[in-house]
Amino acid sequence: MAHIQLNDLRKSYAGQEVIHGITMDISNGEFVVIVGPSGCGKSTLLRMVAGLEGISAGTISIGDRVVNDLEPRERDIAMVFQNYALYPHMSVRENMAYGLKIAKMPVAEIDARVAKAATMLELEPYLDRKPRALSGGQRQRVAMGRALVREPAAFLLDEPLSNLDAKLRVQMRLQIKELHQRTGQTTLYVTHDQVEAMTLADRLIVMNKGVADQIATPHEVYMTPASEFVAGFIGSPAMNIFTVRAEAGVAVLPGGQRLPLPGLPASGEVRLGLRPEDMELVEGDTPSIPVVLKSVEWLGADAFGYGVIEGSDVLMTLRLPGNTLAKRGDRLHVAAAQGRIHLFSPETGKRL
Amino acid sequence: MDNSTQGPLVARGMGRTMAHLWMILGVIIVAFPVYYVFIASTHSVQTILRPPLPLLPGSDAYENYRGAFSGEINRIGGVSLWRLLGNTTLIAVGIAVGKIVISMASAYAIVFFKFPFRMACFWLIFITLMLPVEVRIQPTYKVMVDLGLIDTYAGLILPLIASATATLLFRQFFMTIPDELLEAARVDGAGPWRFFKDILWPLSLTNVAAIFVIQFIYGWTQYLWPLLVTNSNEMNTIVIALKKMVSFADADTPWNLVMVTSVLAILPPILVVVLMQRWFVKGLVETEK
Repeated sequence: MAHIQLNDLRKSYAGQEVIHGITMDISNGEFVVIVGPSGCGKSTLLRMVAGLEGISAGTISIGDRVVNDLEPRERDIAMVFQNYALYPHMSVRENMAYGLKIAKMPVAEIDARVAKAATMLELEPYLDRKPRALSGGQRQRVAMGRALVREPAAFLLDEPLSNLDAKLRVQMRLQIKELHQRTGQTTLYVTHDQVEAMTLADRLIVMNKGVADQIATPHEVYMTPASEFVAGFIGSPAMNIFTVRAEAGVAVLPGGQRLPLPGLPASGEVRLGLRPEDMELVEGDTPSIPVVLKSVEWLGADAFGYGVIEGSDVLMTLRLPGNTLAKRGDRLHVAAAQGRIHLFSPETGKRL
Repeated sequence: MDNSTQGPLVARGMGRTMAHLWMILGVIIVAFPVYYVFIASTHSVQTILRPPLPLLPGSDAYENYRGAFSGEINRIGGVSLWRLLGNTTLIAVGIAVGKIVISMASAYAIVFFKFPFRMACFWLIFITLMLPVEVRIQPTYKVMVDLGLIDTYAGLILPLIASATATLLFRQFFMTIPDELLEAARVDGAGPWRFFKDILWPLSLTNVAAIFVIQFIYGWTQYLWPLLVTNSNEMNTIVIALKKMVSFADADTPWNLVMVTSVLAILPPILVVVLMQRWFVKGLVETEK
């Protein structure tokens, strides 16, 4: 077990920088999730920590060692790959024991560790099977087991659940969470799935085009997103974000309506963000945003209304109660809940 | 349900009969000369020389085969049949194993290591596919003479073990190995040699078997190179010995012994194919890795 320090980490391919300086301290036993859309550099970042990708600038230390120039095997890490990368010709037992065998660990110790991991992951009945005779979920557990037996300083997981079906993914997510609580391993976990990210993480790194837009707890990321990108990426359905004009404490909406808002700059344009779940229906005579519904999706416990701000073509998603009678063409008035307004700079995208 | 009869290309009725007749005809055309060789090896020289040759085995089989193994061949060619078979086996195995070692090593380097002029190396190997042995036979012969390798096993084997075809085959196979497998092995602490030994080699076994079969037969049937590079009868291969046996006038040729030798020359490749058939086919068609 160890803490990990990333210090202004950069990566370039043929002169093109893809990771633009990431700095972070991961404390011992912390579960950190790197999340972002595809192509944001999240897997590259993880592979740099693993030692599978070179480092163009900056340093990585695991424990108190700078590991920049160390081979993966010297970094004391274990990794779980998206497609599991099990050795097809080896049994489950051999797959798990392979790394320990190379490390010349005594056979008795190897057997003990494999048995322990197999018990933990409920893999005992399958120890002598080849990977091709296993289901996707079982293969995933073998990949986890192969990492567990190493008892490494850090655990690196690269989208480990993305090849599983939805039900299994939820099960494995819970199992990973439980494993982490049991072993207390420092863990770096890459995913594009925000549910995985929010539920597993002690802290999140939200990546956008090679930049860590925000490094914070899931709660902070949700409540006070540091940028328009983070605001749009975390939360489902996505936050409504549109441009308003500030005029002496009043926001002029795209449809021309005037809405008093706290925290507005004195003048100029600003991006206003409102989560669907943070808006409530109000009477038309209070300051509010009028929305004309285009369609309503009823999900049971609640419903989502999709419409536009009256007098404009700015799309708005509303979360409505499950017993709503609203239908296409209705005009609803909504207002943001107290303190649940997000303002972003139109130029930099940063939170104001 | 038997899937083999459910395919879209299953011939029925008349079509099936025709297909079978066609295949049987093909088998007869291919197999008949071989059968005839076997028949001839069971008759005396007199019977063979008095046409027509019977279509059924004769009564001299034991006599012919015993004679061939107990010195008759030695009397004609100056070298025993055992020695011939031994030489040929050694050369065929040497060529097959050598080709596998060389081509696997080069394919491993080209696929898994990054070094300057990597692709240039690959293309250099690839280009040699376009040059048949005969084109470079004179310089090769000169090199062998200078190295003093005439009439040695090394001289017979070494020039034939470089193989662009096998290198290409192994390269294609290695490229189907997912990158993650290599990365997982690296994280597990396997260096290049361990990765090769523990992971790549076991996964390549069926391909190795296929290439072994092909190259064994290639080595077994070599003619031109052994003819050039050997002078002493002791170093002859079975194919060369056969050729020497028939270079007499027709009536002097011990045709019964020639036929026995032919049968014995055909047998080992057939054995290799039959024994490794399952792996051989697997290596050629297997896609799931």
